[in-house]
Amino acid sequence: MYQFPLLTLLIWLPIVGGIAVLASGDRSASTSKWTALGFAVLTFVSSLWLWFGFDPGTAEMQFAERVAWIPTFDVYYALGVDGISMPLIILTTFITIFVVIAGWEVISYKPSQYMAAFLIMEGVMIGVFSALDAVLFYVFWEAMLIPMFIIIGVWGGPNRVYATIKFFIYTFFGSVFMLVALIYMYFQADSFSILDFHGLELGMTAQTLIFIAFLLAFAVKVPMFPVHTWLPDAHVEAPTGGSVVLAAIMLKIGGYGFLRFSMPIAPDASAALAWLIIAMSLIAVVYIGFVALAQRDMKKLIAYSSIAHMGFVTLGFFIVFAIVQNSTAGAGAVMGVEGGMVQMISHGFISGALFLCVGVLYDRVHSREIADYGGVVNTMPWFGAFFVYFAMANSGLPGTSGFVGEFMVILATFRANFWWALLAATTLILAAAYTLWMIKRVVFGPVANDKVAALTDLNRREALNLGVLAAAVLALGLWPAPLLEVMHTSVEHLVAQVTTCKLPADEIGACVLARPEPLATVVQP
Amino acid sequence: MHFDAANLLPILPEIAVLLTAAIVLVVDLYIAERHREVIHGLTLIGLVAAVALTGAVGGGATELVFDGNVVRDSLADLLKGAILVVSLLVFIYARPWLRDRDMLVGEFYMLGLFAVLGMLVMVAANSFITVYLGLELLALSLYALVAFDRDSSRGAEAAMKYFVLGALGSGMLLYGISMVYGATGSVEFGAVAEALASQGMENKVLVFGLVFMVIGIGFKFGAVPFHMWVPDVYEGAPTPVVLLLGSAPKIAAFGLAIRLLVDGLGSLHADWQGMLLILAVLSMGIGNLVAIAQRNIKRMLAYSTISHVGFIFLGLLAGTEQGYAAAMFYTITYAVMATGAFGILIILSRKGFDAERIEDLKGLNERDSWYAAMMALVMFSMAGVPPLVGFMAKLLVLEAVVRIGFVWLAVVAVIFSIIGAFYYLRVVRYIYFDKPEEDAPALVSSGGVRVAMSLNGLALLALGIFPASLLAVCQAVFGA
Repeated sequence: MYQFPLLTLLIWLPIVGGIAVLASGDRSASTSKWTALGFAVLTFVSSLWLWFGFDPGTAEMQFAERVAWIPTFDVYYALGVDGISMPLIILTTFITIFVVIAGWEVISYKPSQYMAAFLIMEGVMIGVFSALDAVLFYVFWEAMLIPMFIIIGVWGGPNRVYATIKFFIYTFFGSVFMLVALIYMYFQADSFSILDFHGLELGMTAQTLIFIAFLLAFAVKVPMFPVHTWLPDAHVEAPTGGSVVLAAIMLKIGGYGFLRFSMPIAPDASAALAWLIIAMSLIAVVYIGFVALAQRDMKKLIAYSSIAHMGFVTLGFFIVFAIVQNSTAGAGAVMGVEGGMVQMISHGFISGALFLCVGVLYDRVHSREIADYGGVVNTMPWFGAFFVYFAMANSGLPGTSGFVGEFMVILATFRANFWWALLAATTLILAAAYTLWMIKRVVFGPVANDKVAALTDLNRREALNLGVLAAAVLALGLWPAPLLEVMHTSVEHLVAQVTTCKLPADEIGACVLARPEPLATVVQP
Repeated sequence: MHFDAANLLPILPEIAVLLTAAIVLVVDLYIAERHREVIHGLTLIGLVAAVALTGAVGGGATELVFDGNVVRDSLADLLKGAILVVSLLVFIYARPWLRDRDMLVGEFYMLGLFAVLGMLVMVAANSFITVYLGLELLALSLYALVAFDRDSSRGAEAAMKYFVLGALGSGMLLYGISMVYGATGSVEFGAVAEALASQGMENKVLVFGLVFMVIGIGFKFGAVPFHMWVPDVYEGAPTPVVLLLGSAPKIAAFGLAIRLLVDGLGSLHADWQGMLLILAVLSMGIGNLVAIAQRNIKRMLAYSTISHVGFIFLGLLAGTEQGYAAAMFYTITYAVMATGAFGILIILSRKGFDAERIEDLKGLNERDSWYAAMMALVMFSMAGVPPLVGFMAKLLVLEAVVRIGFVWLAVVAVIFSIIGAFYYLRVVRYIYFDKPEEDAPALVSSGGVRVAMSLNGLALLALGIFPASLLAVCQAVFGA
């Protein structure tokens, strides 16, 4: 049956667009901007097809493609999406539009290279979410670094060189060990297919080493405490668009990695080391929450808030193992993973919007210091309204998307351990404290200085950006059911997979997870 | 000894290069100063003809000619093709530099062609004598070329160092060869391999011979601890000579290693594996660490070469067909990367100015964004970042060492490649993140250079995205 290669289109359309924009050069800035916007919108519209053509009733990979790439090493150009990766692809195509619009007037230095870098990165990130071959995944995963490195380094703030090299080396460091793990598994499974890795029976030592290799890669990307230090630097120095992509999409790739690799490939090691991840997540939620409180730079504050919110994501994912060991009911487990997923999507919207808000202020005043502002609402009432709204969403106000994910994760955590849940729930206080305190100092109060007095309110372009994101946050907060529905079957499948012991027969005694059912003998008719 | 004209058929590429060198020598005597560029054209024509002849006589079953001293097999075909294509790029990049400094003379081309001839002989050798012959032809030409800018005292010093250490390396190799000859009674690889198979490895003379040979190979590759000459020669020699010296000879050195260690002493694999292991780890470590401290980009690239040699040795020491194929893939693609890197340095140079400091690349993106992109591709490729070919090459050698169960070695290798990424990124940083210096003139380059550089840079991307065909060819050579 012929199937239209939709995923290939989604990956290569923005990349081709990026090359076209690059080729158009800087002779006419408006041509490159409109071309970039055109390609971004076209990619988003095409990605909607993914949403509507998706069958939520199966955990199988859909829209699958498979072409031999390096035949002598069994490497395939294999793509496919399930309910976990599909929403993330839509998020990517959606956010990229705002990134392009946000750079519309602000970027005057080599705008075509700027737009091209974001388009190429969009294609590569979609590649990460849809790759089903480990080598292909790794290629996309690493290739992502090149455009981001250039974006922060060329269009970033004063300390950009330090920040971007730190960003690159940190992530590169994390991921090379994953490469060794992938090669190791190739020789175990005799295939580079990620789905074959899922079925691989591995001993506890191998699982633990593989888990640690993956942890290095994904923990740096998420980022988890204590390997989070690159993120505040990168966020502060990156241009607005770079911060948005970083927070809204790139961090999600780390979370996605846990779901696609660590948990299903090494479930027993994940169960054994779940305490570590849960501890790291709770530290991120509580400690980083306090760190955020102390920030004087708005971007840094939002960056720390991102780390804390991503702590919820990893908590939701790994609480599964604690729940399974506590009770026989699997429902809480599914809720934890789904909560983490919703949190990822929602954080994509909210953190993206918050960085856009800071970008709006920065474009006018060229300062990110909280102390340089005050009483912004007097001169920018519309902006003030949006900023307050997104701040509320960031602190998890019911009715916004921020609430849904956090609530689900806390609920799931209760099934595992009351005290953990209590710690996790402090985020509702901490996030409200640091976000709203920032709002109080920036938005409200008397007009602080002449610069604030001279501010002009949102232009139409900015209003459109924030308006659409506000609608998305509200929609996801009020009615998350469609999102939950598309991912439900895949998440259930995943949870069943990760709660089944994968140890070989001679180590079966060490299983803390459910032992697999003995295979029913198939009677040939 | 009976001579058969059919013997000459498989060495037609070598004959073409030799003829070109001879013609260049004669034409150079009689041609007027203003027509000197004809020599350049003749050289390119000769090399293109040699590439065509390699294709024409290549393929098919292995042929042994000249009483078993020369072989034409798929390994020789592929390596010859790669050497010739890389040399072609070298001569194209070198021309503007030579012209600007009134050094576009027959000697450069003649010596360069003899160096190419030496490389071709090395990879087609089937006996220790032929290997040595090719090696010395290459080395003597390069010694002279390093001192080519005779007014440069740094060049003379570098040539002296290169000569002394190179002669030492050659001596070691020759000493090892004589020991193996003493133990086996033959200099021809096939006969040596047979003798080894029958007498086993008890013979201590053989082991000594092997040690000296590995040292010789280490010298020629520039592997730690036999790397002392590399940074000084790279720094002191004129950039076009470094370009010639740092690219294609690596392919020839790979041929040397395969011919000696695999064709000749393949049954001693267990013995030389450990030696190469030490050389590989030291090369990756010292090369990458010391490169960080370099301010001179030629020295930095010299240490980078050393670290890449470590990676090539990883593939060799695996001792499997996949390992050899991976090392070959790595060597060929590395030669292409090195050519691109030094090519950019030549483009950045002008009369009275040589790009030597890393800072000389400042703001290249504003001066010429296309060349900036090409250099960035080269640097990311050397750092091993996908989707560039440097990543594929690293992936393949890592795969080879994991295949033989050396997972720890793969971990060591990736740790050093992280360290390595830092100094490549620093180059990209100067290209993209810094403003050019006030007095930096616009880059002028003739069309040929721009086309060659574009092909060179885009080849790294294309081979990275579609590595299957080159890899398949490399694997076919070793029957993997």
